Amino acid sequence: MSAPQSLSYRQLFWQVMHRDLKVAVHNKGDILNPLIFLVIVITLFPLGVGPETNLLTRIAPGIIWVAALLSALLSLERLFKNDYSDGSLEQMLLSPQPLFIMVLAKISAHWLLTGLPIILIAPLLALMLHMEPLAYPALMITLALGTPVLSLIGAIGVALTVGLKKGGVLLSLLILPLYIPVLIFATAAIEAAALNMPYSGHIAIISALLVLALTLSPFAVSAALRVSTN
Amino acid sequence: MHFDSFSDFIAMGGHAFYVWWAYGITFTLLFTLTVVSVRRKKSLLKEIAKRAQHEDKLKQMRKDKKTNESKT
Amino acid sequence: MWKWLHPYAKPERSYQLASTLLPWFAISSIVLLVIGAVWGLAFAPAELYQKEYYRIIYIHVPSATLSMSVYMAMATAVLISMVWQLKLADAAAAAMAPIGATLTATALITGAIWGAPSWGTSWVWDARLTSYLILLFLYLGVIALHNAFEDKALASRAAGILTLVGVVNIPIIKYSVEWWNTLHQTATISKLSAPSMSSEMLWPLLTNILAFALMIGALTLIRFKNEVLARNAMRPWVRELAAKVGDK
Repeated sequence: MSAPQSLSYRQLFWQVMHRDLKVAVHNKGDILNPLIFLVIVITLFPLGVGPETNLLTRIAPGIIWVAALLSALLSLERLFKNDYSDGSLEQMLLSPQPLFIMVLAKISAHWLLTGLPIILIAPLLALMLHMEPLAYPALMITLALGTPVLSLIGAIGVALTVGLKKGGVLLSLLILPLYIPVLIFATAAIEAAALNMPYSGHIAIISALLVLALTLSPFAVSAALRVSTN
Repeated sequence: MHFDSFSDFIAMGGHAFYVWWAYGITFTLLFTLTVVSVRRKKSLLKEIAKRAQHEDKLKQMRKDKKTNESKT
Repeated sequence: MWKWLHPYAKPERSYQLASTLLPWFAISSIVLLVIGAVWGLAFAPAELYQKEYYRIIYIHVPSATLSMSVYMAMATAVLISMVWQLKLADAAAAAMAPIGATLTATALITGAIWGAPSWGTSWVWDARLTSYLILLFLYLGVIALHNAFEDKALASRAAGILTLVGVVNIPIIKYSVEWWNTLHQTATISKLSAPSMSSEMLWPLLTNILAFALMIGALTLIRFKNEVLARNAMRPWVRELAAKVGDK
């Protein structure tokens, strides 16, 4: 890069995202572990509450969403960790490029690596939990709209704790309360769909949350990163 | 006065357990917070005093060293 | 217009101001707390539907209403510190977090104790209760973040960001929880929201709300002074204060 200033925002976005994706492809465990974790958590529930089909049908949306939440939490920790320890995060903050775009690119990469696989595997998990067939579209839509929100909000927590040695437990305390609205609206939408009721209202609210998170979270993340690298 | 006697007041119409528990816990919590906050000031000042003494000692030692060096 | 405020941007001046204000807040809050508690416990008339356990209202309502106000006050302090780079506002925000957490915990505990005889259960996943539980988690997160950083100024900035994110989320959480509740059709609690309180019951309640507000003020002043001392430990005036304590 001879003239970094000449990068357009779009180029910058793609470059940062491409780099993160490439790093992730190198250590495949980063993509696979949260997914395996998700499947294991889902498997534990029938073992814990019993294999009755009716009960599982009723609680399936909640289980899938709670498991998705926890696996997002698990995968979030390394969002900025490597960049922080090898100093490239500081480089990012010092560069003349807008931090907003770079942060957004990193979060997008994180979602592609962890959110998207969850969406792809979700129908299988729903099948295992005997979810109501009517609710499948709702499950997919809520996951498609909701998992980006998880990545966006989670990034704030990670950015705040990246400089700390014992950030893990703290991270869950910081962001799980903020995840609650997504959880509530997503499961409500799926339950409404299972009863063959309209659920577009819930979807609209999750979309609103996504828009809000998309516009505000990169600012909060940027501010938090400046604190953490101080 | 709403109650006829003091024992009536303590009994709270048979709900003494709930009323006194609620008031007890509330005031215990608030009292603990107050005590902790007040005590913190003393411990803070002691810490600061200790640090100041330590620094003074260091300064003194440096000074002594310098004077010793100039003597020899 | 703001000129008279300027001297108080100096830590020493505001420390002194806090020290002069503190006795007034402390004494008036203690007096009002005693009056309010005795009035509410012994003199207020019995409630029509509920038995004597309704007297928990005199501590439950003040702590519940004020725990939310403390969060807003904390967020305002954070905003002031971010916009005007006023470091003292950070000290105020840091001072308020544990007070808010204690009040929220108090509101939840007294609510649970009150719920046992009146609803027959200590805990329902009702909108109000759930959102207060989440508020408690938000407070705990802010406190945890304050403690996680060695450097106080850094801790304040990190906790400040979380506080502001929490402000955006409080209405969202509130409405989401309300929606969630109506969808699930849990027990409706209409008995609690009496249409209008008689003035004989209202006055002790208002007394207690004022008493709690003054007590929060006093606690904030005490903790604010501590925060100012901790953040200015290298300043000569703090050293002098410390030396006096060390001599004793």
